[in-house]
Amino acid sequence: QAHTCLIHFIKSTMSGTSLATVVGKFLTDYTSNTPNKLKVIDAYLTYIFFTGVFQFVYCCLVGTFPFNAFLSGFISTVASFILGVCLRLQVNPSNKSQFINISPERAFADFIFAHVILHLIVINFIG
Amino acid sequence: HSVGAGLCAAGMIAIVPGYISRSVAGSYDNEGIAIFCMLFTYYLWIKSVKTGNIYWSALCAVAYFYMVSSWGGYVFLINMIPLHVLVLMICGRFSHRVYVAYCTVYTLGTLLSMQISFVGFQPVQTSEHMLALGVFGLCQIYAFVEYLRANMTPEYFNILFKSLVIIISSIIAVGLGVLTLSGKVAPWTGRFYSLLDPSYAKNNIPIIASVSEHQPTSWSSFYFDLQILTFLFPAGLYYCFSKLTDHNIFIILYGVFAVYFAGVMVRLMLVLAPVMCILSGIAVSSSLSTYMKYLDGSGSQTKAASKQGKGRQDTNSTQQREGTAYLFVVLMTFFLVTYTTHCIWVTSEAYSSPSIVLSARSHDGGRIIFDDFREAYWWLRENTPEDAKVMSWWDYGYQITAMANRTVIVDNNTWNNTHISRVGQAMASTEDKAYEIMRELDVDYVLVIFGGLTGYSSDDINKFLWMVRIGGSTPEGEHIKEKDYYTPSGEFRVDGEGSSTLLNCLMYKMCYYRFGQVYTETGKPPGYDRVRNVVIGNKDFELDVLEEAYTSEHWIVRIYKVKDLPNRGTR
Repeated sequence: QAHTCLIHFIKSTMSGTSLATVVGKFLTDYTSNTPNKLKVIDAYLTYIFFTGVFQFVYCCLVGTFPFNAFLSGFISTVASFILGVCLRLQVNPSNKSQFINISPERAFADFIFAHVILHLIVINFIG
Repeated sequence: HSVGAGLCAAGMIAIVPGYISRSVAGSYDNEGIAIFCMLFTYYLWIKSVKTGNIYWSALCAVAYFYMVSSWGGYVFLINMIPLHVLVLMICGRFSHRVYVAYCTVYTLGTLLSMQISFVGFQPVQTSEHMLALGVFGLCQIYAFVEYLRANMTPEYFNILFKSLVIIISSIIAVGLGVLTLSGKVAPWTGRFYSLLDPSYAKNNIPIIASVSEHQPTSWSSFYFDLQILTFLFPAGLYYCFSKLTDHNIFIILYGVFAVYFAGVMVRLMLVLAPVMCILSGIAVSSSLSTYMKYLDGSGSQTKAASKQGKGRQDTNSTQQREGTAYLFVVLMTFFLVTYTTHCIWVTSEAYSSPSIVLSARSHDGGRIIFDDFREAYWWLRENTPEDAKVMSWWDYGYQITAMANRTVIVDNNTWNNTHISRVGQAMASTEDKAYEIMRELDVDYVLVIFGGLTGYSSDDINKFLWMVRIGGSTPEGEHIKEKDYYTPSGEFRVDGEGSSTLLNCLMYKMCYYRFGQVYTETGKPPGYDRVRNVVIGNKDFELDVLEEAYTSEHWIVRIYKVKDLPNRGTR
């Protein structure tokens, strides 16, 4: 999950204990406080994040020859990630004050709409 | 802002000369559509910032794609939107809506813009797009930090925050440094760098500096194109500042930057015109609505006052208010009426006359029409082989391609600087050297525009110095130096005092061939050039490598055929 990745990331730098307790507390808060819907979206986001990382590492190893293919794949993961985050923001009940007219169904419909556009472009660009 | 402001702004945009100058027949260029696309994109952007909907942001990205496909000025857009987001962040107004709007627009928009082959991979490689990428990264970091802050207690948050900041900023700094040093991220291209540093183009890239529309704007042309909008613009800015919201900040930013860029290049006046109209529309409608209130309410107020028998003071002050309100409304109407008349006059005088058929008045007041351009192009069309190639200066490229239906060497697209420079070298060299270049370019006919007989001042001799500068700007043209074409005292003269390099170059010979025997004005010797107002220096010469093919009626267009290689090699 994204949070284990985060821990690996931080472990290599600073002093262990205070940081580890912070992260640990964050994890426990997260698992108890967030509703299931958001957890599903978060799982989806981690998956997308990893596909992006894999593509980038592959590109670094093998080279950028069909650059448009690399870019389209990579940006498609970035865009899917972003759209997922936007969906999460809009569906989260604690954010309702900022998104006045948007019901969760509307948010999901917009998400699908944007994804349709995104995939049309990606298919065109992959070449 | 309000419906009234919108209507006002729409009325103004419909007739503002700054915009019409680029959308009428004769000066129609990409910008005519591009401004519409730009405004449409901006409208959708503001809508998506207001609502935070993914739907509007996706539409904004599609409109941005439309804009990219129409004009290179989309760079302005892709820097204005991130700048807006950055300013919002600094003002503390960054909300989830802005995050949703910007990230969707950026990712979808960038991917879309890379579909256009002219743009290609530039959005991830050139400096002009780096601001957008940078702000995108900043958005992610900011939003993530906000998320953590919302879910944690303060001291825990501080520790995590500090470590994250150090790690991430070091990664970014190292990454950017490596990329710029290794040349993967290209520095700013010439066209846009000259906007930041106006003297850059003049010194380094003559072809950009030579286009007359790329010169800095003068005050008179500001007033000419915009009239009262120039005064209403600061008023509109004031009104926007007084009610600061996310979208007002955007309009303010757009207005300020558009003013700066319009001041650098005349051509960008076009970008300024719409935002001026919007801000003036806001100013007009806000001020009118403030004052109209007094007009409507004052009638009932006086009735109420007299009914209750209040003192004379009230009626006096309401009458005063009514008076000033009337005065203001009348004044505003007067301004708007003068604006309309000015726009109509400007459009009819300056932007409506065709530039291909010229007219002038003769001594007895009658009108002479110079139809030389079309006459010469038609001759080319009828009397030359279908695959003939014509060399002329790039100004006439599109005209020749369209009307004479012949291939040209360079045209108005001015995309290939080296090629144009080669043509410039040919025009500026002696006949023998120019012949080598013409054989290399496989030229059959050469076309020049000459105004000495009629007094037409936009001819090729007046543009000649630019040809020299452009010709000398590439490695093959190193032997062409601008100062060789001036007299020892530094003047550009075509009479006996002119420099010998100028008097023997191909352009001079083509323009003034046989001109030495022509009487142009009463009382002056033959060979008197009516534009430069001197008698030409090199009169009776013969052409070695060209032969005259056609000269139009008033000698405005002159066409020469390039002679083939001689059969026996001796000349």
